[in-house]
Amino acid sequence: MNARMELPAQQSDTETAVKGYIGKSSPRLGSKRLLQGRGAYIDDMRLPRLAHVVFLRSPHAHARIKSMDLSEVLKQPGVIGAFNGAQIAEYCKPWVAVLGHLKGIKSAPQHAVAIDRACWQGEPVAAIVAQTRRQAEDAMKFARVDYETLPVIVEMEDALKGDFVIHPELGDNICFQRELKTDDFDAAFAKADLVVEKTYKFARHTGVTNETRAVLADYQPADHSLTVYHATQAPHMMQDIISRHLGIPESNVRIVCKDVGGSFGIKVHVYPDEMATVALSVMLRRPVKFIADRVESFISDIHAREHTASIRMACTKDGDILGFDLDDLTAIGPYSVYPRTSGIEGNQVVNLTGGPYRHKAYRAQLKVVFTNKNVTCQYRAVGHPIAVALTEAIVDEGARALGMDPAAFRRRNLIADDAYPYTFPSGLKFEKLSHHQCLDKLLQLMDYDNLRAEQAALRKQGIYRGIGLAAMIEVTNPSPAFYGVGGARISAQDGATLRLDPAGMLNVMVSVTEQGQGTEAVFAQVAATIVGVSLENVRVVTGDTAVTPYGGGTWASRGAGIGGEAVLQAAKALKTNILAVAAAMLQLDAAQLDIVDNAVVDRLTGEQKLPLAEVGRVAYFRPDTLPMDFQSELTVTRHFTPREFGFTFTNGIQASYVEVDPDTGFIKLLKHWCVEDCGTVINPMLVDEQLRGGVVQGLGGALLEECLYSPEGQILNGSMADYLVPMAFEMPDIEIAHVCTPTKTSELGAKGAGEAGTAGAPGAVMNAVNDALQVLGGNVVEQPMTPDRVLAALGKI
Amino acid sequence: MGPGIAGAQRQPCGEKRMSEIRRQISVQVNAERVERPVLVRQHLVDFLREELDLTGSHLGCEYGVCGACQVMLDGKVVRGCLTLAVRADGKQVQTVEGLSEAGELADLQEAFLNHNALQCGFCSSGMLMTALNIVRHHPDASREEIREHISGNYCRCTGYQAIVTAIESVLVKNRASAVLGASL
Repeated sequence: MNARMELPAQQSDTETAVKGYIGKSSPRLGSKRLLQGRGAYIDDMRLPRLAHVVFLRSPHAHARIKSMDLSEVLKQPGVIGAFNGAQIAEYCKPWVAVLGHLKGIKSAPQHAVAIDRACWQGEPVAAIVAQTRRQAEDAMKFARVDYETLPVIVEMEDALKGDFVIHPELGDNICFQRELKTDDFDAAFAKADLVVEKTYKFARHTGVTNETRAVLADYQPADHSLTVYHATQAPHMMQDIISRHLGIPESNVRIVCKDVGGSFGIKVHVYPDEMATVALSVMLRRPVKFIADRVESFISDIHAREHTASIRMACTKDGDILGFDLDDLTAIGPYSVYPRTSGIEGNQVVNLTGGPYRHKAYRAQLKVVFTNKNVTCQYRAVGHPIAVALTEAIVDEGARALGMDPAAFRRRNLIADDAYPYTFPSGLKFEKLSHHQCLDKLLQLMDYDNLRAEQAALRKQGIYRGIGLAAMIEVTNPSPAFYGVGGARISAQDGATLRLDPAGMLNVMVSVTEQGQGTEAVFAQVAATIVGVSLENVRVVTGDTAVTPYGGGTWASRGAGIGGEAVLQAAKALKTNILAVAAAMLQLDAAQLDIVDNAVVDRLTGEQKLPLAEVGRVAYFRPDTLPMDFQSELTVTRHFTPREFGFTFTNGIQASYVEVDPDTGFIKLLKHWCVEDCGTVINPMLVDEQLRGGVVQGLGGALLEECLYSPEGQILNGSMADYLVPMAFEMPDIEIAHVCTPTKTSELGAKGAGEAGTAGAPGAVMNAVNDALQVLGGNVVEQPMTPDRVLAALGKI
Repeated sequence: MGPGIAGAQRQPCGEKRMSEIRRQISVQVNAERVERPVLVRQHLVDFLREELDLTGSHLGCEYGVCGACQVMLDGKVVRGCLTLAVRADGKQVQTVEGLSEAGELADLQEAFLNHNALQCGFCSSGMLMTALNIVRHHPDASREEIREHISGNYCRCTGYQAIVTAIESVLVKNRASAVLGASL
């Protein structure tokens, strides 16, 4: 978002300014204009000579394009142009999404618009540009395409069998595989008193951002430059990619993110239709806009998950977990998605399974395969919901088999709070986690013992309620180990520029973007606190590659932790520089001065010396009154890169309380709890609602959401009427609590919080459902846990 | 790319297609009287966004599920994507922009801000229409009933709880002032 925060609120919150805003639930001032309908999403933009593009998409899951005739399209009213894949390819080079550190990962070259062959239903095969969207859509039906249908792989087991190879040049249908085994694995499983084992299935689902994908590209032939207004989470990444694939110098490409209507990972990838739109702006030398409609969202926004995974857990009879054994098969569609690849989700499942526990033995096998369905890639909580659900489900199986209470079993096995730094069997390093504190707090929050008593009492009345727990770890604040080391040009560092304006207000420009999480609000809180100004005197600008420092953007729960630290460091430096000006003006030692409540004060007495507006006035307009050898520097930039650990892990635990109707299979969510340790909490109100939103997104995937495909690879429920998302009446109230273990890798101490809710909720609710069904002998092993799957688990259908 | 661009020999249209038929409408939109011909196939939200630049109402699904396009038509909440613009002929349309300027949403907007009942804001204008309807017609709604009422409005960001709390806070405030008013 490029707009400044709103003008000052009516009341001056001077008391808060003195104490600092970090940890305060300040309202997000930038949201006022959104509430007045004055947001600026891409579809709200108007530019002169704006053209609109729509895409003709393959109706087949796999087909050769034998011929295409667009001549009748060109004759339709308002049509400016119609282009096939080869024409677009002259302006936009294809891509192959692999990363060096995902050893052996492979994919085929993907074009912005398919040239000879479409590999999923929904792949763009032609672009039609017209004066209006309506005209372009009307003209589309005049396109004539002759397809030869090809064999289709829909099920991932068929991809493995390899009777047919989607990309013959790759040799097989395997995109990526990984195996990992600790030295003590065989011994641990050999000496185990108990090994529990189960296979779970997780369906595909998708992000369903309320604002669909959107891009408006504006090419200027005069200086061979592009301004791309893009609903994206990673503007600098897009700048680099558009530059390289369109052959336009990087500095001639400017990416501007205006208001973005939800992302959740959907808007951090490179999409063929969006790249084609940018290419079309160059080809036609005018602005071109693409807004996906909801049907296009379902067949072309990345999908996610789709795993079939077997998990085994070895324990002693006393209830000590010795090890985990994972076998995960996941399918990603016909291409690995550029540039982050579609290998990361499975890789995360391998990294994270067993995460919270103190076992030493681990084996994991992962296979990531191609299919002829829409592509999948990183979506909120990437791999975590699968890893957590697998781990927590098998932990509950173990507790049941041993006759132990699930909470007690977890307490026995969670990594001790004083065991850090800790190296996990998959190789991950944890700086400092707080599993036991979180568990204690959760049990207290939910009144666990009484809830168990209530559950038992109701069961006697034929009411089947269940309680499910899910402990979790979460990847946040990623270092260059995530993408950079693999060769992806995705920044792991972020920057902040702070400027004291003449009137004494702060201008803050940050490379992290805003999609509603409140990143701009927390940056304002950090800047105001550190410099010593009131919150209403801070304006934040994000999402413009021509304006902000260089950085990664918003993904992997990195905004507050990395961007926030850059703001903190810049604010400290700016404060020093402001005090240097004040010291020169006052002819005092800067060490005697401080900034409190928008004014320079005496550090010891608090006596007000100069308002910041006076510092600004003199520094900018009357520097002649300052000493000859003094130059003020009231704009400073600082960057931050996490380096000590690959990731700054957070931890937490969730609990779900459900009631299952064994006759209908319906699940009623009664209550949900989440205790999270995301380090320093900058704005509790924003963090809590982030967590709740994440929980609801996780519950959606666990209970409702599934992209259904026919055996021919046709999506069966590509509409919001058929693909169910969580609505208000079926969602419970969600109680949030925090344990606070600041990371020492930064001065701010903030870790990410954006994905924890989604990571833990599916595991918690699956355990709750199975806890309810236990006395009936049922056990659901497939998500989403639809009524028919519940009834099938009970043997009723 | 030459062959791909529409040429000068574009054929003139013969008989007017159904898709191009327009009808004159007269509609009060917020504080403004609007009289103009509209395409008979054009939906109200497209008319508001494209013809009048009232971009506060959003398109999330275009088939009546998500609620982001909601506006008031003669004081009733309608889906702007399921209502044809011609249906507004002779009627009054109020959008989030107009209701904001008239101050009718002020309490709700303040409550949404203070409870962080929005993140990306894309659903907010539609959500506020439903919320205003609750405030006007269901002043005693419980949390559960508020959840029912807003169940035609999709929000992917918040988890809904803050929205329920924000609307509830306005109802509580209104009930308190009603009691106070009655006791005076």
